[in-house]
Amino acid sequence: MASVDLQNEQSGIEFVEQSVQKWGRSPSALIPILQDIQQQYRYLPEQLLTHAATALELPPASVYGVATFYAQFSLDPKGKYLIKVCDGTACHVRKSMPVYEAIRKRVRLVDGKSTTEDMQYTVETVSCLGACGLAPVVTINDKVYGQMTPDAITAIIDMLEQQEGEV
Amino acid sequence: MIQSPAELQNLRDRYAKGMAQQKAGILVCAGTGCVASGSLEVHAALEHALKEQGLHTSVQLLLEEESTGGVTAVKSGCHGFCEMGPLVRIDPEGVLYTKVKPVDAADIVAALDNGEPVERLLYRHPATQQVFVKESDIPFYKHQTRVALANCGHIDPNDIGAYIAKDGYQGAANALSMPPQDVVDNVLEANLRGRGGGGFPAGRKWSIAASVDADQKYIICNGDEGDPGAFMDRSVMEGDPHRIIEGMLIAGYAIGASQGYIYVRAEYPLAVERLRQALSDAEAWGLLGDNILGTGFSFALHVKEGAGAFVCGEESALIASIEGERGMPRPKPPFPAVAGLWNKPTIINNVETLANVPDILRRGVDWFKNSGTPSSPGTKTFALTGEVANTGLIEVPMGLTVRDVVYTIGGGIRKQMAFKAVQIGGPSGGCLTEEHLDLPLDYDSLQQVGAMIGSGGLVVMNEETCIVEVARFFMEFTQNESCGKCVLCREGTRRMKEILQRIVDGQGAESDLGLLEEVGESVQAGSLCGLGKTAPNPVLTTLQYFEEEYLAHVRDKRCPAGVCPGLKTFAIAAEDCVGCSKCARVCPVDAISGKVKEPFVIDREACIKCGACVDACKFGAVVEVA
Repeated sequence: MASVDLQNEQSGIEFVEQSVQKWGRSPSALIPILQDIQQQYRYLPEQLLTHAATALELPPASVYGVATFYAQFSLDPKGKYLIKVCDGTACHVRKSMPVYEAIRKRVRLVDGKSTTEDMQYTVETVSCLGACGLAPVVTINDKVYGQMTPDAITAIIDMLEQQEGEV
Repeated sequence: MIQSPAELQNLRDRYAKGMAQQKAGILVCAGTGCVASGSLEVHAALEHALKEQGLHTSVQLLLEEESTGGVTAVKSGCHGFCEMGPLVRIDPEGVLYTKVKPVDAADIVAALDNGEPVERLLYRHPATQQVFVKESDIPFYKHQTRVALANCGHIDPNDIGAYIAKDGYQGAANALSMPPQDVVDNVLEANLRGRGGGGFPAGRKWSIAASVDADQKYIICNGDEGDPGAFMDRSVMEGDPHRIIEGMLIAGYAIGASQGYIYVRAEYPLAVERLRQALSDAEAWGLLGDNILGTGFSFALHVKEGAGAFVCGEESALIASIEGERGMPRPKPPFPAVAGLWNKPTIINNVETLANVPDILRRGVDWFKNSGTPSSPGTKTFALTGEVANTGLIEVPMGLTVRDVVYTIGGGIRKQMAFKAVQIGGPSGGCLTEEHLDLPLDYDSLQQVGAMIGSGGLVVMNEETCIVEVARFFMEFTQNESCGKCVLCREGTRRMKEILQRIVDGQGAESDLGLLEEVGESVQAGSLCGLGKTAPNPVLTTLQYFEEEYLAHVRDKRCPAGVCPGLKTFAIAAEDCVGCSKCARVCPVDAISGKVKEPFVIDREACIKCGACVDACKFGAVVEVA
């Protein structure tokens, strides 16, 4: 499991503390607190999970159990651009897999990895984004792109990199 | 603050009058689909054009007495016809513009004055070339009956006043004036069945919870729409959030609950945002909170975000998730209606079920039973997707046939290909074939053929879709989503997926088909919740209706649809190849090589048979060889 920068650990613990204040100390606050951490850090750092467990007086194993059960939570850091390829039924029959393969090729992902070495891209499939009318659908950091083809998505990533270069 | 039913009525009249006085209302679809196609930019361009012409009115001004002659441009919920987005409708005439771009804004605004609609933006029927001005005349809309979706695309979801102007909260006002038992009886008599899939009568659930004595009861709205290929709940939550609040308010009053939760899927951030806005508006206007409409009834609602688990669509797993645990189902009985959230009586209804409640209380039981079939009254929403010409969201009376939906409303199969099957009900449902085209879509008829209505996802497949691969796809989904509690579901779905994988890879044996059936039946028998009980459905129904196709895979090692990678090989026909190198550039594994302007070749060892080169080649030079 990856860890947060130790220098920032204190600020991480403060963040969890604020979240606990917001949602309360009952066990039912666990998922909203984990959602806060996930949103802030884009993954769940181990130290913060332990801290949340202590704050809610839950066994760390239970917290780990919840963190690994739900698809929204990740124990590994994500890339700067999180690309989700919808592989719901509608997208699947409208050929979402070639789009997925094209993205992996474009960002040079190999060996079953889902995040690039330089932490720029994470590429995942999701079961359904609910925009089936526009299948196949891809989201990049929550912006939705509909009716994708391998060419179109490659062009979009080209454009992202171009903008990145201009900054 | 609205303090009595009379005040609600008064506000409704004022708002409706304000709306009627304006020159026109422009409704820009801001559903997820149209937003992705650029509708927010279209909306901004329209507002800009209106301001330039001095026509722009903000919705807040509608309540002012002197508001006349202006035009509002609002962002509405999903209009449903996603295929043709971004969509813009002009009310009161109901003119529909399709595929609108920001540059069209000036013409649209000019057309408001001269009365001539912008012809190039009107819908043109792809087969007959007939041009339609009004939305209600287009075949896609003409055969629909909208109840749950009545306001979706017709009002600004962030404007509580617009909902009230459309008779919103009148059903709640009626309910609060009756004894709670009468409200339960109304829903029972209407025979409103659970729209989430099971079809259990909502009124029966309510009467169980109403009859239990408890210091606290809960009502939960199940917005964990997990079926891939279904997006009706999303559209209602995004497009008409107050309808859900009103439905829950009525349900809460009927069973005696003072607290409610709306559990929304993590993948729907826009729905969460709109619901939160609607909750705070309803609180500010006194439609939630203490002493609602002066009746003494108090009700509070909370939005709970899911965290991404399909199994949480199951009642007891959803409850576990709200309590902060892993979303695993619990044995029933006790049923949630008796001991649910924190062991208190809890009613869980699906979004669409609750969306039907306000109208039953406002327009009456007889009105509700006017549409649909005797055993499945009312309407049902369907998400029409896949290889159908008109994809989108529809709502039709129960009992319409598959043919009506796919051909009359859906406009048939894309690119004039042949119909092969329609998958209904997502991973819990089944595949229907050509012989079922005249089957009525209602709970009981579908159950008889081994499928179920599910949440209402209809994925249309053409001759290029491999049924065995689709069955594998569903098993992969359910195997991923099985929570792992029941051994037969956890292990069985995995084994079924492995067998299907073997078959699509060309390694299957004829005995595998019997094995699939045996394992499938065991999974159905040995699972606690609906996920496992229905997970084998897609496989078992396809084994029954598409046995030939399975046999072709295992016996002849052939995929009739030409989809299964393990059963095909690609090659480039040298005589057709112009050497443009396009195929080599799209190949994800760099298996294609060659010199520009000379025929390219595919390295069969390296090829993963994804078919990207076939789609990319403009000359049809990439061919499949047996």
